[in-house]
Amino acid sequence: MDITLFLIGLVAATLRVATPLIFGTLGELFSERSGVLNLGIEGTMFLGAFVGFAVAATTGSLWIGLLGAIIAGMLSGLLMSLLSVRLGVNQHVAGLGITLLATGLSLYSFRLIFGESKIPPSIEPFPMLNILPESNPLAPITNQYLLTYIGIATIAVVWWVISKTRFGLQIRAVGENPEAADAAGLNVYAIRTRALAIGGALMAVGGAFLTLAQLGSFTFGIVAGRGWVCIALIIFANWQAVSVLWGALIFGGVQALQLRLQTLGFKLPYELFLSLPYVVTIIALTLAGRNASAPSALLKAYRRE
Amino acid sequence: MLKLKIERAPAPVWMRSLIPIIAIPVTFLITSIIILLDGANPLTAYYHFLISPLASKSSAIEVLVKSTPLLLTGAAVAFAFNSGYWNIGAEGQLYAGAIAAAWLGMILKDVPPYLGIPAMVLGGFAAGMLWAFPSAILKVKLKVDEVVTTLLMNSIVLNVTSFLLNGPWRDPVSMWPQSPEIASGTVFFKLIPRTRLHFGIILAVVILIITWFVIKRTSFGLKMRAIGLSKEGAHFAGIKVNKTMLTVALVSGGIAGIAGAGEVAGIHFHLIDAISDGLGYSGIIIATLGGLHPFGVGLAALFIGLIDTGAQTVSRAMGVPVYLGDVVQSTLLLVTLSLFLLQNYRIRRVK
Repeated sequence: MDITLFLIGLVAATLRVATPLIFGTLGELFSERSGVLNLGIEGTMFLGAFVGFAVAATTGSLWIGLLGAIIAGMLSGLLMSLLSVRLGVNQHVAGLGITLLATGLSLYSFRLIFGESKIPPSIEPFPMLNILPESNPLAPITNQYLLTYIGIATIAVVWWVISKTRFGLQIRAVGENPEAADAAGLNVYAIRTRALAIGGALMAVGGAFLTLAQLGSFTFGIVAGRGWVCIALIIFANWQAVSVLWGALIFGGVQALQLRLQTLGFKLPYELFLSLPYVVTIIALTLAGRNASAPSALLKAYRRE
Repeated sequence: MLKLKIERAPAPVWMRSLIPIIAIPVTFLITSIIILLDGANPLTAYYHFLISPLASKSSAIEVLVKSTPLLLTGAAVAFAFNSGYWNIGAEGQLYAGAIAAAWLGMILKDVPPYLGIPAMVLGGFAAGMLWAFPSAILKVKLKVDEVVTTLLMNSIVLNVTSFLLNGPWRDPVSMWPQSPEIASGTVFFKLIPRTRLHFGIILAVVILIITWFVIKRTSFGLKMRAIGLSKEGAHFAGIKVNKTMLTVALVSGGIAGIAGAGEVAGIHFHLIDAISDGLGYSGIIIATLGGLHPFGVGLAALFIGLIDTGAQTVSRAMGVPVYLGDVVQSTLLLVTLSLFLLQNYRIRRVK
């Protein structure tokens, strides 16, 4: 019936909205668990969206576009590492600087490559998968983009890497107590650098999803604060990979709901709905006390004496 | 033979002020690469970037117009950073000030300027303080990290602004989402007729001088700086760390709020979605570039104002995308940040 159709549409839209947030938050998870708050996320997602689009448009291959975004994201992570890990400068300011730089470079390059045309350039985006036939009522839910499925699978992979592998243990060690990790013979700089590079790549995939799958075009407001939502989600998820899924689905659900209600003609102050995740995060921070479960060495540059 | 040794020790003070000056050519060297990608000549580009805007009177005035809000957001950020309160929220506090100014401009119908203008300034200050308050109180009472909360408050106020502009405050006669034009008694007067230069710049310079006086010449400023150096140390020295930090955070928000009020009362006369477009984040660049010293901030704000104007000149003259300005600004921030590490080292002759 109508309500069933509404709910199916809602779940389908929720998964779509949640996908870039899942990638972005997992990327931030890698950075923060190693002890670096990467405020470069907003710009790195924007860079991923741009590079993915530009490479796909010039080579004609969406997969090469995605690869391009991954490389750009890694470079952004490496720049963050150079500044905040090797040189040990203030993490917030370095991160914001990277967001500004990545955004500026993307806009500049977009104008260089595509000029100032009235009609925005577009590509044929990734198709939705055809898991169930169109006639099946559940088709809208299962027939998502491949990247959405990859995103959900990545949550499991990240959980496994962080909590079960040697590399994950090293990341946690340098994120909690770099002095002890160093004394135990770990190279704090190298481990943080790897974590930031992987994190940057994931953030960029989150941005590239928007251009390569969801929209097929690049607009200047494409990321629109999603990176900051990820900063909120990671606190909400208490720095745990699996909880990232719930956080992203709740946020995606609220956003999908307001979009659906709007198209049905309800007059909603939807802008205020969009503020909800931020308000909820601030409340969550207040109730939980941020320092309770944040990596202990977060925001502290490590310097070998 | 002369032998030099680099050691970890504070560099001499003159090094500190030299660093931003070294950072500028380094930045231009780096950003030349992307100008070359466009097939343009970097030297010509930088001529248009830095010299052309100052060559004519009207564009030189435009540099001052662009610098007006930057002086204030720079002062706001530097004020907070001096005592180690990482206010990333100047952008949001600016919006809060702009909202308050638009509201005052709507309700103060026939107010004379000698009441209207002070009302705008105080209203902007109060609104900026109000928007800074949640983060500040959570920081001092519950040790909640202010970086994240001030950042999130920015996102919230952007949504509030677009809610107001698409809903209750939408000017019915306008095509664009904007609030009604503010009352004439609340408009900041022009300093030079037929230009956009307004009273806000005088206000900004006065506020900058006041922040200098407070930071460098009062006992409150001494406490601020002590907290900035070490919270524990300041606490043991008997300084009320929380009370001081709360005041600093609120005043910082208030100054950013005045920047927003100035943009409404002096430039746009309406509230619009793009009232700021990153002025608060530029404030972080300016505070860093200015070494957190109010006079350094003044120079840095003028320089960033020059870059903003220059980006448009370059774009018009050579067809280089205007976003070159953003790239130069952010590169300058990262280069300065890195070079400031040099102040931890000094070179000594070894006998």
